[in-house]
Amino acid sequence: MIPRHLMLAVAALLVLVLAMGIYLGQMRRRAMEAQRFSDDARPVAPPASGPTETVTLYVADDALGGLRPKSAQIPLPGGRQQRAEELLRALLRIYQQPGAPHPLAPSGDIRSIFLVDPGAAVIDLNGAFADQHRSSILGEQLTVNSLVQTLAANVPGINRVKILVDGNTRETLAGHADLSEFFDVSNVGQTLTQSRQ
Amino acid sequence: MKRRDRNIGANPPSGLALSPVPPVTNAARRILAAAFAVLIFLGAANTSEEKHLSIYSSVATYTLSVTDRAGREYVGLLEVLEPLGRISARVDGPHWKMRFNTTDCDFVTGRTHAKVRGRDVDLGAPFFIENSRGMVALSSLSTLLPRFLGNPVNFHESARRLFIGNAATQVSTQLDSSNPPRLVLNFSAPVNPTISTEPGKLRMVFTREPLVPPSSATSFDNSTITQASFSESNGVADLTVTASVPLMATFSNNGRTITVAAIASGTPATATQTAPETGSGVGTTTGTTTRTTPSGTETPVPSGTPSSPPPVPVHRLLAIVDPAHGGSERGAALTDSLAEKSVTLGFARLLRHELERQGFAVLLLREGDDTLTLDQRAGSTNAAHGAIYICLHAASEGSGARVYTALLPVAGQDRGPFHAWNVAQAGALPVSQSASAAIVGEMQKHQLSARGYSASLRPLNNLLMPALAVELAPGPNGVADLPSANYQQKAAAAIADGIASMRDRLGAGIVGGGQP
Repeated sequence: MIPRHLMLAVAALLVLVLAMGIYLGQMRRRAMEAQRFSDDARPVAPPASGPTETVTLYVADDALGGLRPKSAQIPLPGGRQQRAEELLRALLRIYQQPGAPHPLAPSGDIRSIFLVDPGAAVIDLNGAFADQHRSSILGEQLTVNSLVQTLAANVPGINRVKILVDGNTRETLAGHADLSEFFDVSNVGQTLTQSRQ
Repeated sequence: MKRRDRNIGANPPSGLALSPVPPVTNAARRILAAAFAVLIFLGAANTSEEKHLSIYSSVATYTLSVTDRAGREYVGLLEVLEPLGRISARVDGPHWKMRFNTTDCDFVTGRTHAKVRGRDVDLGAPFFIENSRGMVALSSLSTLLPRFLGNPVNFHESARRLFIGNAATQVSTQLDSSNPPRLVLNFSAPVNPTISTEPGKLRMVFTREPLVPPSSATSFDNSTITQASFSESNGVADLTVTASVPLMATFSNNGRTITVAAIASGTPATATQTAPETGSGVGTTTGTTTRTTPSGTETPVPSGTPSSPPPVPVHRLLAIVDPAHGGSERGAALTDSLAEKSVTLGFARLLRHELERQGFAVLLLREGDDTLTLDQRAGSTNAAHGAIYICLHAASEGSGARVYTALLPVAGQDRGPFHAWNVAQAGALPVSQSASAAIVGEMQKHQLSARGYSASLRPLNNLLMPALAVELAPGPNGVADLPSANYQQKAAAAIADGIASMRDRLGAGIVGGGQP
């Protein structure tokens, strides 16, 4: 005869195992869901429409250790702010292609850009852009320089740029490049000149 | 309950009775003054020459500072082992627990024994902890190190020179008695000594080479070149050739041969000064002597005129070395198991030694695995009033090294006499950029690919003194080079050489900086 307390203990353990199994299943489903979203490389915003224009994108090149100006034909909407967003998304697409000269995470995106007069631009990146960025001074600085320079070269009147991540100020991009201050467009432009020399 | 009398000041040792203090007489005052003067003199004598330990191994050659405690010489065990393998240490109350590669050990403050791989090891003197550094007596190294390294060590304790495994450079002497006579010194590996002269003598000082002589002195049956004597002390080896006439040294065979010859009469004994050679970073010239280059071509080093005494520096410039990241902030993951914070700390320790060799006083912002905020780093650095700040980083991408100066953001507003915090670097930026260019130039001389950049990297823009960051990237062997002491030392020597070449400009801008 099995003692009553032993039977109760076994029953309790079985219930516990069952409950943990259900909980584990739910956790797994949630993790898979999160993974599916993070791997989703589809654009957040609808593709821009409108007449195409020739713009100059400043593309970071890890091997060169600097930026290369590259002409591109992209459709640009009429609004100044939308134009800025489309510009940087076009730049980002280059970095997200296989074999890119400065690879960035496919799930990284520009959430929005705010143009604040006089002369300020605020780029809001999504979390994946910063979280999955490679950590090194040069790699991070090239990303920053590329965003700032491309924006300043194609949207007239911008002289300072601030980069946010998920709408918040972040200390660094991925451990090195300081994002806590406004970038001075003329100083960033000088580094471009220096790197060409 | 017993009442206890309270004494202000030091308590007497138990068992001793307090006696009334006699009035201080003039004679006692004189004795005290004399004792004080002797103490000051001894203190000055002690500070005149810092004690060093040189360690030679197939992996790295490096020099460490030696500390005196209770009449014994001590050295930091972490610093001894750090260039030789992977090491971590932590303080746990009186215990100092360390892991070197796969060897665990436990040291206890005040104890003369330690546990290494669970076995008892005699340290010969009490162990102590100073600023999280575990200090062991120098005499214990010959017992301790083989337990960690699995290699025999040969410790010349009186000279503080420690040879690990087969690290040794042999020298043979051969006198050619032709006219003028020549003494040919053949070395088993390239050497690059600092050469100095005094009348009738040519002295070669080997600071980096594991030089082991065949005997202490060799006399020659020659009236011109009479003797070659060897001595070693304070981590360096010294080979002196004695002659009755002025001597000249020439290098050949890629630095493996030095020929010392008498200068033929009529040859002007003028001094020539050559540029520092790759990977050397040794010494300075004195008087009529010169730093030599062991290249394929022969480089003459004349001597024979009385040498003037070396210039005595008025004060030592303070260099602040900041191993980036640390503690909870690991930095970049260079490999699955290698964090940037570990590489930067080892690199910083090597740079400290190299800068000290160049005559700088060095402040390391973190000695262990400590978490420091960027504001703390900036605050400590500005408060130290140093001559230069060097922040060390490491990356798994690219190759060689990258040197950064501040990319200043949009300036905040100055508030009265206070500079805007975010562009405090603005005044020192031109000197920072010159220092960056000097380091890049030295790295290229040391066969390290290097380039200068501007980066928005804190705390560079918050610093009032010349400030730069060096990011060490993989070498010819890829990421495996990053933790390699040899690779790091090459870069550290180049940085130190670059900074030393800027000494005049760095000293010019200091307000209350430097070390007496």
